[in-house]
Amino acid sequence: MNPIVDREKGLIELGRRIEELKTLSATQNVDLSTQIAALEAEYAKIQQEIFGSLTPWQRVNMARHPKRPTAAEYIAKLDAFDELHGDRFFRDDPAVIAGFAKLRGRRVVVVGQQRGRDTKENVRVNFGMVTPEGYRKVRRLFELASHLGLPIVTFVDTKGADPGIGSEERAQSEAIASCLYALAESRVPSVSTIVGEGGSGGALALGLTDRIIMLQHSIYSVAGPEAAAAILFSDATKAPEAAASLRLTSDDAVLLGIADEVIGEPLGGAHRDKDATIELVLNAIERHLAELAPWTPERLQEARYRKYRQIGAWRARTAPSEQGPR
Amino acid sequence: MPMPEWLRSRKGAQTEEPAQWMKCPSCGELLYKSDLKANHEICMKCGHYFRMHAPDRIVSLVDGDFTELGAEIEPGDPLGWVDKRPYPDKLQSDREKSGLSEAVVTGFGAVGGFTVGLGVMDFYFRGGTMGTVVGDRVALLFERARERKLPVVLFTASGGARMEEGMLALMQLAKTTQAVERFRRDGLYYIAVLTDPTTGGVSASFAFQAHVVVAEAGAAIGFAGRRVIEQTIRQKLPENFQRAEFLLEHGAIDMVVERPKLKETLVRLLDYGVGAAQGASPNGRAR
Ligand SMILES: [Zn+2]
Repeated sequence: MNPIVDREKGLIELGRRIEELKTLSATQNVDLSTQIAALEAEYAKIQQEIFGSLTPWQRVNMARHPKRPTAAEYIAKLDAFDELHGDRFFRDDPAVIAGFAKLRGRRVVVVGQQRGRDTKENVRVNFGMVTPEGYRKVRRLFELASHLGLPIVTFVDTKGADPGIGSEERAQSEAIASCLYALAESRVPSVSTIVGEGGSGGALALGLTDRIIMLQHSIYSVAGPEAAAAILFSDATKAPEAAASLRLTSDDAVLLGIADEVIGEPLGGAHRDKDATIELVLNAIERHLAELAPWTPERLQEARYRKYRQIGAWRARTAPSEQGPR
Repeated sequence: MPMPEWLRSRKGAQTEEPAQWMKCPSCGELLYKSDLKANHEICMKCGHYFRMHAPDRIVSLVDGDFTELGAEIEPGDPLGWVDKRPYPDKLQSDREKSGLSEAVVTGFGAVGGFTVGLGVMDFYFRGGTMGTVVGDRVALLFERARERKLPVVLFTASGGARMEEGMLALMQLAKTTQAVERFRRDGLYYIAVLTDPTTGGVSASFAFQAHVVVAEAGAAIGFAGRRVIEQTIRQKLPENFQRAEFLLEHGAIDMVVERPKLKETLVRLLDYGVGAAQGASPNGRAR
């Protein structure tokens, strides 16, 4: 289903043959080094072909890769984690993992959107689509963080907020709006990392932070490429074109003045070396938190206000002749 | 009521002579435009609410003149967007059709004697979608109202964030939220009036961050679009789903008001809030 997974199959098969030849060479005591070297060169060539320069649509699929590390895997690598549950009104949404944690020894409040790694897990976490209860848990923890003076660390990974009947009945809009509000008024440092798919308002609810980090193949988008294609191109199969038009890659996010840092992924994607990727992400978060730690609440709020206020203030930056028609 | 100077100056923007008759999309009745206008743009036969243009809405609310704010903020094409048509072409034709430069009109005027920061979104301009200009104008409205210590009344009508501006449009949720938060933190008073339709990014940001959330009768309000939900659950939704009355029943909004009663209701709501809001509340929070 995921085109990246399909293209990887040949590579994985080739890798298996190389391993077989190596084993054979060792156990049968025959010299296969020429054959092995040839296959390894072939492997490197295909890997470069597939992953060397990904199109925006391929990066969307990389962001959605089923083996890509999820929020729970990042949280598992923290020094300590005490999960806190529930919105206090209705239920505990398993699509959000949240609680107290220690990151490189620093006490923080951590909030992550949890995508499932297989069908069973996806059913449990609703494919990572958060319900109003999930967002109300998030808001509660943001407010708790401000109250205790703990920095906020979020992991963003969702194709969007849950679009179900129950979520509408329980005011999904209000739930997201309140998360945004809680981040805007927070008096503590905050860092969000887009680890997979940053899908519209449901992602931004965890993303109005002092610093925004993106993994190289994560995406941040105003709408899913399929939905955008259906609406703007009147053709849902034009998702690859829509993905390019939407400018949703981490490179675009830097150019547009949104992402503060992009963390490179191993060739072939974050899942090819999970431990190294997670290590790099946690180091980067800690670096930003250390920088923000001495800031007063007033300085944090002022800098945050300016950060988002200037996004898209196009008129001030472009010459009148470049302003488009009229 | 004399025509406000602001509106008269806008008249030149209308390029075509408007048709005299309108057909009601609900019952099919042919309605004489001036009768419809006199009836608050509500069908005389079946009670259908026509979506109002922002200038008409402003005229229906303000006592006298209206001072527009942020009119100089005009759209560019930050991503160089092309789908079936280039984005600048779409903006240009919406400009000609609506006589507006963008999907929200913001400024200051008096409503029943209360001077307020007033914002009105217009669904006829790019479906009321929020791009960088809407974000800038809404933020500016809250900033200027905060400086003048005035309440804000904001009418929403929006299909959500504007896709043609990509993640820049998404970030306008953050920008407007911060402006609302700073405004409220100073103890100032914000009333939102949700009109048909209020969905997506606008619904999930400043529409639901008001102290009092009013909805116009019959308005469709929600986060996800009706069609998206129907596709997801593979069944038809009931007619009243996501209607203002449905939200009232589920506790999501404060009140549903019929259009002819909107102004008098707003005046009463302003009266309760304005005296108390002048610096009385320490943190502006009242959820
Ligand atoms: Zn009718």
